Amino acid sequence: MADLSVNICGVDFKNPVIPASGVFGYGREYEELYPLSKLGGIATKGTTLHRRNGNLSPRIAETPSGMLNSVGLQNPGIDYFISTELPNLLKKDTVILANFAGSTVEECVEAAEKLDDTDVHMLELNISCPNVKQGGAAFGTSCEMAAEVTSRVRKATKKPLVVKLSPNVTSIAEIAKAVEAAGADAVSLINTLLGMRIDVNTCRPVLKNNVGGMSGPAVFPIAVRMVWQTANAVKIPVIGMGGVSSGRDAIELMMAGASAVQVGAAVFTDPFAPVKIIEEMNDFLDSKGISSIRDIIGSVKAW
Amino acid sequence: MKYTQGKYPITEKTAIAGNIYSFTIECPETAEVAVPGQFVHIRVDGFTLRRPVSICGIDRKKGTIRIVFEIRGEGTKQLSKLNEGTLIDMLAPLGHGFTVNPDFKKVILIGGGIGTPPMLPLAEIYGQKAVVITGFRGSEAVILRNDFKKTGAELILCTDDGSLGIHGFVTQPLEKLVNKGGIDAIYACGPMPMLKNIAAMAESKGIFCEISLEERMACGIGACLGCACRTVKNDEEYFAHVCKDGPVFNAKEVLW
Repeated sequence: MADLSVNICGVDFKNPVIPASGVFGYGREYEELYPLSKLGGIATKGTTLHRRNGNLSPRIAETPSGMLNSVGLQNPGIDYFISTELPNLLKKDTVILANFAGSTVEECVEAAEKLDDTDVHMLELNISCPNVKQGGAAFGTSCEMAAEVTSRVRKATKKPLVVKLSPNVTSIAEIAKAVEAAGADAVSLINTLLGMRIDVNTCRPVLKNNVGGMSGPAVFPIAVRMVWQTANAVKIPVIGMGGVSSGRDAIELMMAGASAVQVGAAVFTDPFAPVKIIEEMNDFLDSKGISSIRDIIGSVKAW
Repeated sequence: MKYTQGKYPITEKTAIAGNIYSFTIECPETAEVAVPGQFVHIRVDGFTLRRPVSICGIDRKKGTIRIVFEIRGEGTKQLSKLNEGTLIDMLAPLGHGFTVNPDFKKVILIGGGIGTPPMLPLAEIYGQKAVVITGFRGSEAVILRNDFKKTGAELILCTDDGSLGIHGFVTQPLEKLVNKGGIDAIYACGPMPMLKNIAAMAESKGIFCEISLEERMACGIGACLGCACRTVKNDEEYFAHVCKDGPVFNAKEVLW
């Protein structure tokens, strides 16, 4: 058994595998299948200050080796999350990253203040949702806006603050440097890539929102590249995600510089994916005679 | 709520119409707890998303379930290539099924096209208390005719082109039955325009009506919120989810 534990911003994770925000709800549905304590952590469904209904259906489309979604941050609101979902999650012996977003900087700040009063372990500020008209990726696609919202949220909480970045930018490393300078304790990337499909029989986009965020194995090489570039540009930890569907993928992303990995669309293909990935990572380390996963982080020997 | 994920053997495979297949699957844990109206979520190699398919038969004694599906695209095409004796990866049983009330004396079950299969387990429960109305494009698309007859329910068959049974939509015989009165419930699955008309007819006569909806889906268990459906909850608009709150909804709750 290799040592899979990692420490990110002073928070201990028993292993580096975290179901990504949006695919795992608040954990209840997957708890029917396996104990959540097996997971390194859980990034909870993106929650906003007020309840949101999200976008009209269809919100899901399949793509070659991937998918599009345009859920649009449907959630019950931060107060419901704190009163009803968070207490349950905090009993599960796993790290809870509360993912949150807002239409305005003020909404992000208010949500962060509310989360700061709870026992949640980490905050993940989502400045990269491609499916909402205000806020969302609008915050995450300019260095100035990303820094502004990060710095304001930073003042609202003492919790470790992870900022989740959008890949729909010219240089994700520049955005990462901007949020690092503004006080982020870590960055997570990549959120989904903006995509679109059209039904050629009806001439209509498959998604009612016309466009949506692409994820799944197809985006994995982009995630590896962006994690690598970002890890080389900042001093704070990078949490990697984007198309991870096997232990091999997770190891690869950590070699690129990720201190932990989030698993998204893979749970739709196989709900046990996070658990299997943990086992496969252990097997890989054992087969190579590597005693700790920490020795893998950023170990790529670039040409 | 109790679902499991695993690989289960296909014990019987039949092509029951052009591009429509029936699989019987040995899965005692699913057969044990499944109810009419629920679905299974099937993994197809090479595809990111699973395929939701409604349950067409539940045999607790044999520990089997039956599914009937139509080839709609590449995923279902590949699914149709699985053979007897091979394993199928299912997450099941999922969703909220039909409300079965033993006090109901007369019910109408309506299936349109590939929406017909989930009505069969209901017909098995209600037997002679049920009138089943099924509608298809034409005689070549008709499925499950003998299966419904075996349940003891009365079967009324409709085709759009008049090649078999009544020439017209399922709503024609439904209207006659509803006007006669004495109907305790209507259950339906099929195309949205059909469901909308049925819901309106049930509403106007004050008849309990449940409909099974379809939506593009990812997780299948209520976590990802992909398969939203506009409904009314406590007088407020609420985006419910077909996979967990449905696929069966009370027709009154659905916003069309």
